[in-house]
Amino acid sequence: MKKILKNQATRTNFITYGGVILAFILLQGLSAAGALSSSLKGQLVPICAYVVMALSLNLTVGVLGELSLGHAGFMSIGAFSGAVAAAAMTDSIASSPIRLAVAMIIGAAIAGVSGALIGIPVLRLKGDYLAIVTLAFGEIIKSIINNLYIGIDVNGLHASFLNNTITFGDGGRMILSGPMGIPGIQKISSFTGGFLLIMITLIIIFNLVDSRAGRAIMALRDNRIAAESVGIPVTKYKMMAFVTSAALAGAAGALFSLGQNTIIASKFDFNTSILILVFVVLGGQGRMWGSIVAAAALTILPEMLREFADYRMLIYAIVLIVVMLFTNSAGAKQFTAKIKGMFVRDIEGGEQNG
Amino acid sequence: MLTFLNHLINGISLGSVYAIIALGYTMVYGIAKMLNFAHGDVIMVGAYVCFFAVSSFGLPPVVGVLLAMLVCTVLGMTIERLAYKPLRQAPSLAVLITAIGVSYFLQNGAQLLWGSNQKMFPAFLSGEGLSLFKGQINVSSATIVTIIACIIIMLVLTFFTNKTKMGKAMRACSEDKGAAQLMGINVNTTISMTFAIGSALAAIAGVLLCSAYPILMPTTGSMPGIKAFTAAVFGGIGSIPGAMLGGILLGIIEIFAKAYISTQVSDAVVFAVLIIVLLVKPSGLLGKQIHEKV
Repeated sequence: MKKILKNQATRTNFITYGGVILAFILLQGLSAAGALSSSLKGQLVPICAYVVMALSLNLTVGVLGELSLGHAGFMSIGAFSGAVAAAAMTDSIASSPIRLAVAMIIGAAIAGVSGALIGIPVLRLKGDYLAIVTLAFGEIIKSIINNLYIGIDVNGLHASFLNNTITFGDGGRMILSGPMGIPGIQKISSFTGGFLLIMITLIIIFNLVDSRAGRAIMALRDNRIAAESVGIPVTKYKMMAFVTSAALAGAAGALFSLGQNTIIASKFDFNTSILILVFVVLGGQGRMWGSIVAAAALTILPEMLREFADYRMLIYAIVLIVVMLFTNSAGAKQFTAKIKGMFVRDIEGGEQNG
Repeated sequence: MLTFLNHLINGISLGSVYAIIALGYTMVYGIAKMLNFAHGDVIMVGAYVCFFAVSSFGLPPVVGVLLAMLVCTVLGMTIERLAYKPLRQAPSLAVLITAIGVSYFLQNGAQLLWGSNQKMFPAFLSGEGLSLFKGQINVSSATIVTIIACIIIMLVLTFFTNKTKMGKAMRACSEDKGAAQLMGINVNTTISMTFAIGSALAAIAGVLLCSAYPILMPTTGSMPGIKAFTAAVFGGIGSIPGAMLGGILLGIIEIFAKAYISTQVSDAVVFAVLIIVLLVKPSGLLGKQIHEKV
């Protein structure tokens, strides 16, 4: 065990698992003791969903090194397929945790398949062109779901596109009605479900990163040409990371939608994709615990700033710019390096003396 | 046939606005290699300035447009100086997020200053339109002005980048900043100048856009911004004729998709065409294919 923990990456992974478990126990305790405000309690499931979104996008942006501006599209696919699946299974599966799990699996599967379909054309492109095509796919997904009608009757699911042309048999009802979205969702998402999804996501990502495939993916990120020249199949590994990321986003989407009363397609737009990208960049690319902290903190922050009402988004924007300038500009870097230098010298000196 | 012609003219008009916005994106991308997501919101600011100049202060429209250009130029240069210049050496993702921060800042600032309710943009371009085929096709004066403005901008900009000293400096910087600096070009001034031109164009685009679609809100600029960005990529980002071509084609495709397929999915059609084009020509219609070397 000691030998394993000597490996820095493994140690960070274990600390991340531990931190998530600790936070879960702490929040459960506070919630049971009634110490959480109701607005914060309501935020717990969305926070879990956004944490998983940030983790999955970090796989694409941080580990694979490709910029995706349409990650909310996969969340949308997962959200709608999960909610439709859950609504269709209300009678057949009575237990809501199992229904949630099945809905998340269906959401993940459909988002994963769409990820594969989108990945084939997208991953041939490079850099900013890839980014704009993911943006385009995000918008296309939004448009399609905005015009999709799904209903259910005794014969099963019915769907129509653009116009609602569904005619029902016995006991028919609409589930998804185009731009109106899915109203009256049964809230079956729970904080425990969200916590388990975060843990599963972490296990998947850490094991992928720490495998032969993960090393190949990171080699592609660091230098595609060099990686290709030593025989790493570019498309295969890019697809692997991209599809995993899409599937996890789908599961997060299902979790998110089943914790809401109503979902509409325009909720998952370009701004949501950007929001998740901000979590990843502020948390640090490739740094999973960073994504978790950033996603949780930045989901709660607008709630905390509620007393500033009109100014909160302005403050958010300023914080974003200042943080970026402070962590990345040449002047600030010199400044932090100087301070770090002072401390490091002290510590080293101390060690020598001791 | 006549309706087709009518749609075509509308498409070219909308495309001209996209083209003018796309020019700002493409020039900034060409020289600073950054996706300036705040560009769409500079359009919105330009439209607001013109709106207040004309409807609150009663200034003539031409003065309003000039004032909007002036404000946007200063705004663009200030944004560049404060937010982007310190990040010249930073990873591109950091610059992208900063640009998004600036975009949020402008949108929310506008909301605080001018309120979130819609404003009706005054129709000051409503002169006598053009009537073709015995009145079967009516081209509004806003459409004519938009198309003419686009042609003039295209000609002036082509002349500027090819013949003037500053234009040559811009092309040099976009090709190789280090080498340009060694040749005695002031890279910082050149980049600043590019932002100034792009933002002035954004002001014109904002006024033209709001003349055609007269609803003005703090979020007015975001969707046209994204579309114009798409147009710039469509034509090959970094290429000025490419932005023109991409913008006009995108406008035509959008209007045709609205007319012949469905209004609701017109955006999806536009983006689908973009994807197909990029699959066939991965660097856009007129973009240069750059081969990576090891």
